[in-house]
Amino acid sequence: MAGNGIRIEGLRKRYGSGDTAVDALKGVDMYVAPGEVVGLIGPSGSGKSTLLKCLGAVIDPTGGRMTLGDEVIYDDGWKVRDLRALRRDKIGFVFQAPYLIPFLDVTDNVALLPMLAGVPNAAARERAVELLTALDVQHRKQAMPAQLSGGEQQRVAIARGLVNHPPVILADEPTAPLDSQRAMAVVQILNEMARKYETAIIVVTHDEKIIPTFKRIYHIRDGVTHEEPGEGKLPGVVGAAFP
Amino acid sequence: MISLAGRDILQSWGKFVFTGVGLGLLIGVTLVMAGVYRGMVDDGKALLDNSGADLWVVQQDTLGPYAESSSVADDVYRVLLAMPGVAQAANVTYLTMQVRSADRDVRAMVVGIVPGESWGAPGWPPYLVAGRQITRGHYEAVADVSTGFSLGDVLTIRRSHYTVVGLTRRMVSSSGDPMVFIPLKDAQEAQFLKDNDAIWQNRRRTEGNPAFNRPGASEVLDAVNASQASSTSVNAVLVRLAPGAVAQDVADSIRRWKRLTVHTRAQMEAILVGKLIATSSKQIGMFLVILAVVSAAIVAFIIYTLTMDKIREIAVLKLIGTRNRTIAAMIMQQALALGVIGFAVGKITATFAAPFFPKYVLLMPQDSVAGFFAVLVICALASVIAIRVALKVDPAEAIGG
Repeated sequence: MAGNGIRIEGLRKRYGSGDTAVDALKGVDMYVAPGEVVGLIGPSGSGKSTLLKCLGAVIDPTGGRMTLGDEVIYDDGWKVRDLRALRRDKIGFVFQAPYLIPFLDVTDNVALLPMLAGVPNAAARERAVELLTALDVQHRKQAMPAQLSGGEQQRVAIARGLVNHPPVILADEPTAPLDSQRAMAVVQILNEMARKYETAIIVVTHDEKIIPTFKRIYHIRDGVTHEEPGEGKLPGVVGAAFP
Repeated sequence: MISLAGRDILQSWGKFVFTGVGLGLLIGVTLVMAGVYRGMVDDGKALLDNSGADLWVVQQDTLGPYAESSSVADDVYRVLLAMPGVAQAANVTYLTMQVRSADRDVRAMVVGIVPGESWGAPGWPPYLVAGRQITRGHYEAVADVSTGFSLGDVLTIRRSHYTVVGLTRRMVSSSGDPMVFIPLKDAQEAQFLKDNDAIWQNRRRTEGNPAFNRPGASEVLDAVNASQASSTSVNAVLVRLAPGAVAQDVADSIRRWKRLTVHTRAQMEAILVGKLIATSSKQIGMFLVILAVVSAAIVAFIIYTLTMDKIREIAVLKLIGTRNRTIAAMIMQQALALGVIGFAVGKITATFAAPFFPKYVLLMPQDSVAGFFAVLVICALASVIAIRVALKVDPAEAIGG
């Protein structure tokens, strides 16, 4: 299912045209293997969000090539007709804030994606509970998002990102609102889920405390990525950090 | 697939219910307005039905006796009785006025009918709920129960007093005023009789006129004075046809030979609905349009506000692959749910409030059904703005930066 992770070659994005054109991405190269968690860091305005939006198929790149699993999804133009289905089935998202749907309980927040993909409700909920159990939040499966702590909400958001077993997860500042202890727990969970489901995870972050946990880091400056080795210092046991 | 709209409503049911109740009161007013119009039409039809007439013979070139004043000689009915196809003909007068009883007065339509031997003649109240019909030629009355009068009550009409001897029901004018039946002679007097001062002044003027007060011919003056003090006019002659007679043929015959205007039942109904209550119905129609627009504006505003509160969630839903039609359906279902709640509240409100209105409010099932679908259409249309906003939400908004 996970195939060959995600590969990006020479990805470009230009905003505007003529004299006012801005090249936000000037030929980004990147590769994240299945089961791997990499960091994407860079100063504000360096192109992180643009890259994330291109990878998330919510804006159109100007050129380049993207391969997701075994499928070329972009080669100087989208190769998939239904970008909505691509996002639903092949890309998982974890946001800075959990952005759970406030009127759905925890189980249905997670089960919504497979339901949207046509999976029967019972099967979708079964899959959701399985993931909630893996993330040690199954005891809150019937709670509403407003009743959860920040850490629990983020774990539910991670479960939602994983529920369709996408080859890639794009995590946008997933630890920003959390304290150190909870931030580390989220990183642990992402690493464990990446290994367990062979998912390639790209974590966009400014968070100094989690940067040392990545084995590889992509620095993005002026629209170009530079690969650097990371320290790969992962802390202890999954879930222990969440009260 | 779960119902996103249903879950959202359950989550914030208080907001929906309170908004629905507010909308419902508005819809209730709309249903009552429609009921008032229906009531007016029904009052008009009841007036025609209860008169028991097939033809209304009135003054030439008038739409009388309900829509315009009409004056016909009170001996015309004898001529009409002799015409082929006419089974019964009866004089009748109508006068809307304040009828007093003790220390209160009621606005009523006073109907003059021929009492005594003409049992069941056109113009008579077709049935009584208490007491008896008028049997004496003077000073008896039959009143509709909605006047609030009781048997034995003494009514004052102009300078005369009448005892209520019978009560009837659903006898109303086209404007909903209850009817009070009195003997025809009394009604003619009430309608045409002048006050004492006016009579005295009239006699003085007549005496001063040498044409009427000729020396040696005092009987001329007496005759003129007598003719000025009495009335021989009625507002209409109600005709009931003989079995097998064709209304149009008899009407044509009366028009041709008696040079009077004759209205058939269908024509009278057209006059009442098309002319007498036409302005009121247009007024009510305008109110209905305004209420519909206000309802639509309220639903649109509420749904728009609820949607704007969910913009981030909608961006997330779009980002994770929710189809536009699923999001549009969610918003439209919420608008429709609001409409259903509002309609239920409105229907209950209208049903319970209708009897308290001073005018007859007729809530017809078909109006409720039409109103229900109109509410759904209005709600669906009102949700369009919110849907447009939701569909314009960029899924990229869910991603920071």
